[in-house]
Amino acid sequence: MEPDKKEFDWFDHPESRKLLWRVLIGACIVSVLLEVSLFFDDGHGRHGHFGDHSVDGWFGFYAVLGFVACALMIYGAKFLGKFLKKDEDYYGDPEETTLPEDIDESIR
Amino acid sequence: MNPFAEFPPALILLLGALLVPFLKGNWKSVYVIALPALTLLYILQLDSSEGWKFNVFSFTDEAVDFLRVDKLSKAFGIIFSLNAVIAFVFAFYVKNSTQHVAALVYIGSAIGTVFAGDLVSVYVFWEGMAISSTFVILSRKTEKAKAAGFRYIMVHLLGGLFLLAGIVITVANQGGSIAFNGFDFATEQHAGTWLILIGILVNAGAPPLSAWLPDSYPEASVTGGLILSAYTTKTAVYTLLRGYPGWEPLIWIGCAMSVYGIIYALLENDMRRILAYSIINQVGFMVCAAGIGSPEAISGATAHAFCHIIYKSLLWMSAGAVLYRIGKSKCTDLGGLYKTMPLTLIFGTIGALAISAVPGTSGFTSKTIIIHAAEYSDQAGIFWAWLILEAASAGVFLHAGIKFPYFVFFNKDQGHRPKEAPGSMLIAMFILSFLCIFFGIYPQPLYDLLPYAVDYNAYTWSHIITQMQLLMLSALVFFLFLPMLKRTATISLDFDWFYRKALPPLGRGLDKTLNGTNAAVSRGFTSGVIAPIVNFFESGASRFVAWILTPFWMSLGYSAEKIDAKQQSLFKRAKRGAFPIGITAFFAVILLGLLSLIFLLEK
Repeated sequence: MEPDKKEFDWFDHPESRKLLWRVLIGACIVSVLLEVSLFFDDGHGRHGHFGDHSVDGWFGFYAVLGFVACALMIYGAKFLGKFLKKDEDYYGDPEETTLPEDIDESIR
Repeated sequence: MNPFAEFPPALILLLGALLVPFLKGNWKSVYVIALPALTLLYILQLDSSEGWKFNVFSFTDEAVDFLRVDKLSKAFGIIFSLNAVIAFVFAFYVKNSTQHVAALVYIGSAIGTVFAGDLVSVYVFWEGMAISSTFVILSRKTEKAKAAGFRYIMVHLLGGLFLLAGIVITVANQGGSIAFNGFDFATEQHAGTWLILIGILVNAGAPPLSAWLPDSYPEASVTGGLILSAYTTKTAVYTLLRGYPGWEPLIWIGCAMSVYGIIYALLENDMRRILAYSIINQVGFMVCAAGIGSPEAISGATAHAFCHIIYKSLLWMSAGAVLYRIGKSKCTDLGGLYKTMPLTLIFGTIGALAISAVPGTSGFTSKTIIIHAAEYSDQAGIFWAWLILEAASAGVFLHAGIKFPYFVFFNKDQGHRPKEAPGSMLIAMFILSFLCIFFGIYPQPLYDLLPYAVDYNAYTWSHIITQMQLLMLSALVFFLFLPMLKRTATISLDFDWFYRKALPPLGRGLDKTLNGTNAAVSRGFTSGVIAPIVNFFESGASRFVAWILTPFWMSLGYSAEKIDAKQQSLFKRAKRGAFPIGITAFFAVILLGLLSLIFLLEK
């Protein structure tokens, strides 16, 4: 990289990260608020697919599901990781000393 | 009217592969692109089929059919050959004949399985796929690839044995018929169909028979992994859709796969291994659809397989481009690549959004058909299956949609400043990105290929909102919990632990006990007891004769050497049982005389 050429590093700046955070939180809020628009059709909003009052018809169900499911999976993975994570040489695999042929010649 | 004589489309690749070693340089690369392109054109114009049949068995009049053309086989045939074309564009720089031949035979066998019309032809191509794919892995020629390839073929040979055993029993139960149509869950459950199912599930990557996939694919080369990612698992999905629609246990096996894939992808550090686990997660949706078994579910699984192959190849390509330029594939070694590989990032992100079923991508128009089919099923417990699939959809965004691009292209800058991916790779990624968005916006051409007509519109206002809620909140969780997701330089134990860690000591233990017992018995009984007995019966009689005859010879005045020679000759003859007839007759007479004497004395 020539020193005079300015590198594109927008994502490294703290203010960019702050902006992205705001966009993300905004998108979450908007996606939930937009569900209100579904009440304009018939005044009832969404219907569940599993009977008249099934839980998936509740307001904001998918937002809650997304949040809870992902949080649970992360906690679940973290917990299982305590037992399952091992050092990389656990199986005693042979370490390659040279890069194989499928890698770019210029860095081999 | 069909301008060609009808033959199985697999033949183009299988026979064409034989010429690859004779071509040089770019001609070779062009040739391996042209073969699947020709296959694609040929499959597109196949409409009905007279079949391509051989009478090989004496027990049945049924012919083995290598060409069954219907919408299901055609849809898989089209995407298999289309994906191959673009994968070989990506692999334009590869001049390794071994890998190309193995890949062509592998893809040809996968296409052969899809168009196979009965259990026997399915089996033939199934094994062809197992063997050729092993060579795709081995062609990277690293020690790790060799070890992983060995484990891979062992698992697949085992799976093939399940399949074969199942086929034999099923053929017997079908009164000698080798037909392979849908098995009925209510009436056709027996050892045969279950064994076939186990054989298929090995290839589908269903736990606990799943570890071969993340163990071996990431050890294949940059392009080998890309090619492997599409075929074995999707051929298994095809055979499930063909043979096992409505088998309810598949709903729960599919749900387990989708969650298992996410949990392991979250734990994983190697980017290609993340993508490997994500295959299992995605195939889980398709297996679940086979379990639901309604026409909409079958069509949904076909659409999902079609789009999945495209965006999963795209993801493997972007990971492959990074690996090609840097030579590293662990998240802990990567990061900050958006600065110098922006196009790879953009294409990879399109694949990541598509796998997450973001509206506007092909995942949104295909995977959601399966979820829609679950909503309209009346099978027991379907609500919970539906809930797991929706939760897994959120988890896909977590592990593949955000985690993969974030840790590879953003996160901490590790100081890598690689060049952008080579032109051929960018072209391939562009084409697949285009397809991801094209089928996301205008899915009708895809829907027209599906086995059953679908009356489904993904773009209802309600569906867009709920999907965005699901995904945005998943993204929020990812960044909120980022410290917990920090990558560590570790591997995660999977079911392969049982044959990599537990079995070898068990094997050594068995070796010690069984071979030790064997050796002890050999020392104590075989050489201590049996040997003297054998020795006695072998040479006892001749020694006895020599003992009697030696004084006789000595009395005749023979020299010591002559007596010794006589004794040796006697032993040798006794061992071979070859005495001159005169001597045998002489002894026989003596024996008879003795017997008569005893007889007379008894009286």
